[in-house]
Amino acid sequence: MGKLIDLDAMRDAELAARSRRTHRALVCSSTGCLSAGAAGVRAALVAEIEAADRADTLQVVPTGCPGLCSRGPLVQVEPRTGPATLYAEVDPDGARSIVRDHLLGDRTGDQATTEVAVVPADLPFFAHQTKVVLANAGRIDPDRLEDYVAAGGYRALYDTLTTMTPEQALTAVERSGLRGRGGAGYPTGRKWRLLAEAPGDHKVVVANGDEGDPGAFMDRTIMDSDPHRVLEGLVIAAYATGAERGYIYVRAEYPLAIERLERAIRAAKRSRLLGKGVLGTDLSFDVQVRVGAGAFVCGEETALMASIEGRRGLPQLRPPYPTERGLWGEPTMINNVETLANIPAILGNGPEWFAAMGTAESPGTKVFALAGSLMTTGLIEVPMGISLRTIVEDMAGGIAGGRRFKAAQTGGPSGGCIPERFLDTPVDYEHLRALGSMMGSGGLVVIDDTVNMPEFARFYMAFCRDESCGKCVPCRVGTVQLHALLDRICNGQGRRRDLQHLESLCRTVQVTSLCGLGQSAPNPVVSTLEHFRDEYEALLVEEPVPSAVVTGDAS
Amino acid sequence: MSASPVPPTPPPGPRSARPNVAVTLDGEEVLAFPGETVLALARRLGVPIPTLCQLDGVSVYGGCRLCVVEVEGEHRLPLACATEVSADMEVRSTSAELRDHRRRIVALLFAEGSHVCAACVASGACELQDLATETGVDHVPYELTFPSHEVDASHPFFVLDRDRCVLCTRCVRVCDEIEGAHVWDIAQRGSDARLIAGMDQPWGEVASCTSCGKCVAACPTGALYHQGTASGERRPDPGLIAFLADARAGVWEPRDNGAVSQPRDAAGPHEQGTTP
Repeated sequence: MGKLIDLDAMRDAELAARSRRTHRALVCSSTGCLSAGAAGVRAALVAEIEAADRADTLQVVPTGCPGLCSRGPLVQVEPRTGPATLYAEVDPDGARSIVRDHLLGDRTGDQATTEVAVVPADLPFFAHQTKVVLANAGRIDPDRLEDYVAAGGYRALYDTLTTMTPEQALTAVERSGLRGRGGAGYPTGRKWRLLAEAPGDHKVVVANGDEGDPGAFMDRTIMDSDPHRVLEGLVIAAYATGAERGYIYVRAEYPLAIERLERAIRAAKRSRLLGKGVLGTDLSFDVQVRVGAGAFVCGEETALMASIEGRRGLPQLRPPYPTERGLWGEPTMINNVETLANIPAILGNGPEWFAAMGTAESPGTKVFALAGSLMTTGLIEVPMGISLRTIVEDMAGGIAGGRRFKAAQTGGPSGGCIPERFLDTPVDYEHLRALGSMMGSGGLVVIDDTVNMPEFARFYMAFCRDESCGKCVPCRVGTVQLHALLDRICNGQGRRRDLQHLESLCRTVQVTSLCGLGQSAPNPVVSTLEHFRDEYEALLVEEPVPSAVVTGDAS
Repeated sequence: MSASPVPPTPPPGPRSARPNVAVTLDGEEVLAFPGETVLALARRLGVPIPTLCQLDGVSVYGGCRLCVVEVEGEHRLPLACATEVSADMEVRSTSAELRDHRRRIVALLFAEGSHVCAACVASGACELQDLATETGVDHVPYELTFPSHEVDASHPFFVLDRDRCVLCTRCVRVCDEIEGAHVWDIAQRGSDARLIAGMDQPWGEVASCTSCGKCVAACPTGALYHQGTASGERRPDPGLIAFLADARAGVWEPRDNGAVSQPRDAAGPHEQGTTP
């Protein structure tokens, strides 16, 4: 058993240490910037500072993701007082010049260096954002518990455990109106209550970090930028629902998130934020990371549980629902990582504060991963109800390369394409569903007018075909046949009856498949057929004249 | 093994209760047993609902999706095999849309496998063949994939022809749940999914196989069959698995047709219309 943490002492010590620095250089060390060379940038910063013998006053901090992924590696220089400067597309040479001109020199802000691009502080990309889940992303070192505590972390957990009953915590989540951020938008409080009221002594809560949509990286960023926030949300969930064990299920493709979560769990255990007697109370709660094995379908909750138990990741029939019979037969609740990351803020600031953000039906914020033909791609957190146009035209700066906007795909392979005439639609669960798309987990892929929609639909169908688990016939064989039909149409060999078969088979796969993967697999086809039908029609070839008729004419 | 002095009591369920749950099935008020599935109710009353992966005596799988039905107030299509009746439930076992879905699912199965009835041991006693007749699949509008998996004839008594396998997992469940050997499982996923024996070994080399033959009895098609049987020579025993499961549970009832069951080719739907 570790030493009981004193949150105030830890925060004060950390802030005191920080006040001895004149500048802190925050280097994005999230997956995106690391792949763009952030490790070399950080090494160059450290070496240059040490060469100048200023390591005592200048600190280099690896952080999570500030969001402007398309312009990485990103370095923020934060003076002890005054505004920070965000440098983009930094390379090791640029890093050295930042140290020379900005950290060691006396120039600041836009005049700091001429060699490195500075991102203006009032960039619309940032101006429209409201950061709740991502409040610490890009601000703290995800590997240091002290950084999280200095940013106010675990305060909500402490207050919840010491001043609220489990029922009060549960009621707060219900009153906040928070809905599941994994895609379906089920009210989180209702799910918590189902688990709290389920009979059983060994309840389990699971954080679902098996984000698999192409182009989506919200959960990855939350986990690798602020792992303690997920843990704090999970412990509060355990307290409110009476769970004694927790799992964080992360896909194997996210090694950095896994490493940081495991380090966070070890640190939390040492400080008695996890384990027996959390924060000196009666609560006992243990968390383990479980790593997926590369199957999209394991994001589906019954398949996820099978995978955690060590079985093949196959979806099971519901009912029984996980809260009735889940992991190893115990009542189990599965929440998305982003859902749980909202919990500390809701308990810390009160449900009314949360409900005041976003719309009445969909309160709060949503993290979106912007990808595709946009000027600026990256990660944003916006209030629910913001229009797609604001996201695409203002925040992302419109379409790259002088092309025209064609469609926005939300919800990944389960979602649909939203054409230009619906760009003013507010982004929330109901509006997106009404357009034949869905919120999904928050992937937002924007395509320009060079993209051919049947081919776009074929791409997603190939994804679903490859990811189908094979348990149910409509999904296992239906996706193969839908892909074959799309292939024929895209190759200019499709006939009108192929289009008819495509539509009728889409319907069958949607309504008869076992799980959400199959039920939603036809959505990209259905929505592109609805909004861009002419592109399918243009590819069709004429029916050949039946040979009997030819013979008849000839004779 | 010591004999139990007291005969085991039958498990609670349809057998020990009276039908007292009022249900509407296809517009008719009927009484169901508490806990009875929609499928069991329909079968008891002679209402046909097509099934493939369902097998009395083993667990519910829900993979073939053929037994989808419409239930008033439900926006999804529940499975008859997995849905228990509840009071005042209104079930429709068939509709134009359900018929379309079932026909397409059967056609998908034909497109996926290599089902050449004329050359198959199971012809005339094949549930997939029967389903085609029942659902009206007289042609396959989809691209035939013509798989060519190797035939595993390494077992001294039985043969596995994966091209005829519909991945219903009836053999997997029978072997695991009744025989307790778990010889079978599915490897890979999606369209690569395939039935494997042991650790993906030749069947004849799997030491845990007891050669009991229950998997062959459970197979709805000609994917598993006895060595030495030729086209149309399969003699299925459809009640065997349920009989064995009941026997294990201690609910010992004589089988309808006596100890040795009859091949059902006498009344199977595939025979209808073939007699001149």
